Amino acid sequence: MSTASAKDFTETELIVCAAAKMLARSRTVFAGVGLPTLAVDLAHRTVNPSIQLIYESGVAGAHPESMAEGIADSVVVSGAEAVVSMHALFGYVLQGGNVDVGFLGAAQVDRFGSLNTTVIGDWESPKVRLPGSGGAADIMANAGEVFVVLRRHDPAAFPAELDFVTSASPVRAAEQPDFIQPRGFGVSTVITPLGILRRRERLGELELSEVHPGVTVEQVQEATGWDLAVAEDVTQTQAPTAEEVRLLRDEIDTVRLYLR
Amino acid sequence: MHSDTVVSLPEAIERYVEDGATVALEGFSHLIPFAAGHEIIRQGISGLTFCRLTPDLLSDMMIAADCVDRLVCSFFASGSAGSLYEVRRRIESADPRPLAVEEYSHHAMTLRYHAGAARLPFAPIGSFVGSDIPGINPDIRSVVDPYSGKKTYVVPPLNPDVTIIHAQRADRNGNVQIWGITGTQQEAVYAADHVIVTVEEIVDDEVVRSDPNRTLIPAHAVDAVCEVRTGAHPSYVQGSYDRDNAFYREWTAISKDPARLQEWLDVHVRGARDHAEYLESIGHDRLRGLLVDPRPSGVVDYGRRMQPSEGSLK
Repeated sequence: MSTASAKDFTETELIVCAAAKMLARSRTVFAGVGLPTLAVDLAHRTVNPSIQLIYESGVAGAHPESMAEGIADSVVVSGAEAVVSMHALFGYVLQGGNVDVGFLGAAQVDRFGSLNTTVIGDWESPKVRLPGSGGAADIMANAGEVFVVLRRHDPAAFPAELDFVTSASPVRAAEQPDFIQPRGFGVSTVITPLGILRRRERLGELELSEVHPGVTVEQVQEATGWDLAVAEDVTQTQAPTAEEVRLLRDEIDTVRLYLR
Repeated sequence: MHSDTVVSLPEAIERYVEDGATVALEGFSHLIPFAAGHEIIRQGISGLTFCRLTPDLLSDMMIAADCVDRLVCSFFASGSAGSLYEVRRRIESADPRPLAVEEYSHHAMTLRYHAGAARLPFAPIGSFVGSDIPGINPDIRSVVDPYSGKKTYVVPPLNPDVTIIHAQRADRNGNVQIWGITGTQQEAVYAADHVIVTVEEIVDDEVVRSDPNRTLIPAHAVDAVCEVRTGAHPSYVQGSYDRDNAFYREWTAISKDPARLQEWLDVHVRGARDHAEYLESIGHDRLRGLLVDPRPSGVVDYGRRMQPSEGSLK
């Protein structure tokens, strides 16, 4: 396979390829719709052919023949390795500790990787009502680690304080020490249009780990609503290879459902 | 036995769904009981507490038709297709009036049905530690685990007055067979006082009994079975027809404009006498475009005890 960098690639393709590379050693991944679908599919075709794809709809080991338009699409069922009830999926598969990586999106991320997918403004009188938890609060508590993919990076998306904590980081959970603590590490990686943030310790905070080509460390710090820590060894994100871009465009998302 | 189990959909709704009832319509993207929801709209039933993990287009329609006062759910969006604008108008600006919302996570909702089905007092859940969700939902509470001495969150049982689901097939007694994504239908059915199942096809007993593992809902849990072909449109039925993805995308524009949404309901739901007329209004060409190619399962062999006359005993 060619490893030459692609001559042109979009921001979305850069994000998806970065996410796919990070799945090289994961056994099971819990994916939602959108960019995670592309990232897992790409990982499956490149760095990790044995990765098992799990959907919250109850499908484990999906092998879709065509692009899934949702986590419960008929194409994720036909040819899948298993379909279980959602009670079994959330109880035994996820809470039972069988998911290595969970993919989540968010409207807001805080410095410890807590996520808001519920509301902008006040819950009682919302400015914007967002979709809510779905499975997100369950995935955060139980997946081995969580990858977050965001299509924007600005102080509104990375505020000092969330409008609402839908899915709590272990740091936030630890503020309730009398409770049985969630098993998950929380967010380990946040991929944005500017760079990649990582958390290295369970009770640690996010730090800037990679900047995308053409982006400076200062730009990322200015776009973040708190004083963003910077790793000592910040590197530049590896550009997608020509082969990765070809797979995404010509084989994975031929209808341009998520690539844009 | 259940000699009167097979009834028409309007009769089943009239018999079991009363104003002010707590009603679950389940089916996770797959097998959403749209025909039954539309019949609730036609009969002008109101004041419902509507339970559903993912209030999608169906909830937008039923809320716009003013059937619903209270929503019990875990995710407010239409998958990847977009926002539910009727739901958003009601929540963000109480337009035309407020909507009460009781909000959980997916796992919490499945555990509520599970506790309801098993008649347990509550169900413990590992989620929510550190989350703001328990703060806006007083029914998510905590107890001390009597074994570890640590606290855990718990959710209450959910026991709908009526649960309604759609399925591929059932026999005349109400043994219901489902394949593909089975979501939380089994728990939601056993949690309810009454159960209505719409099916693509009512089949002979022998069909069901040739594959008993495929029966997700045994007849003892079912009050009414209604044959309603294409009863899940615009959602899908594994092996029969695909989701009408174009319709899901069109819904965003319909739902954004309250007048257009009411007009849609007038033409396709309130203006249609029954589901057959609804399908007529959608157009048979469009529906034919949703059909799928076959991909049958392999056959499993349940075996039978060897008959003495055929065996090797002599």
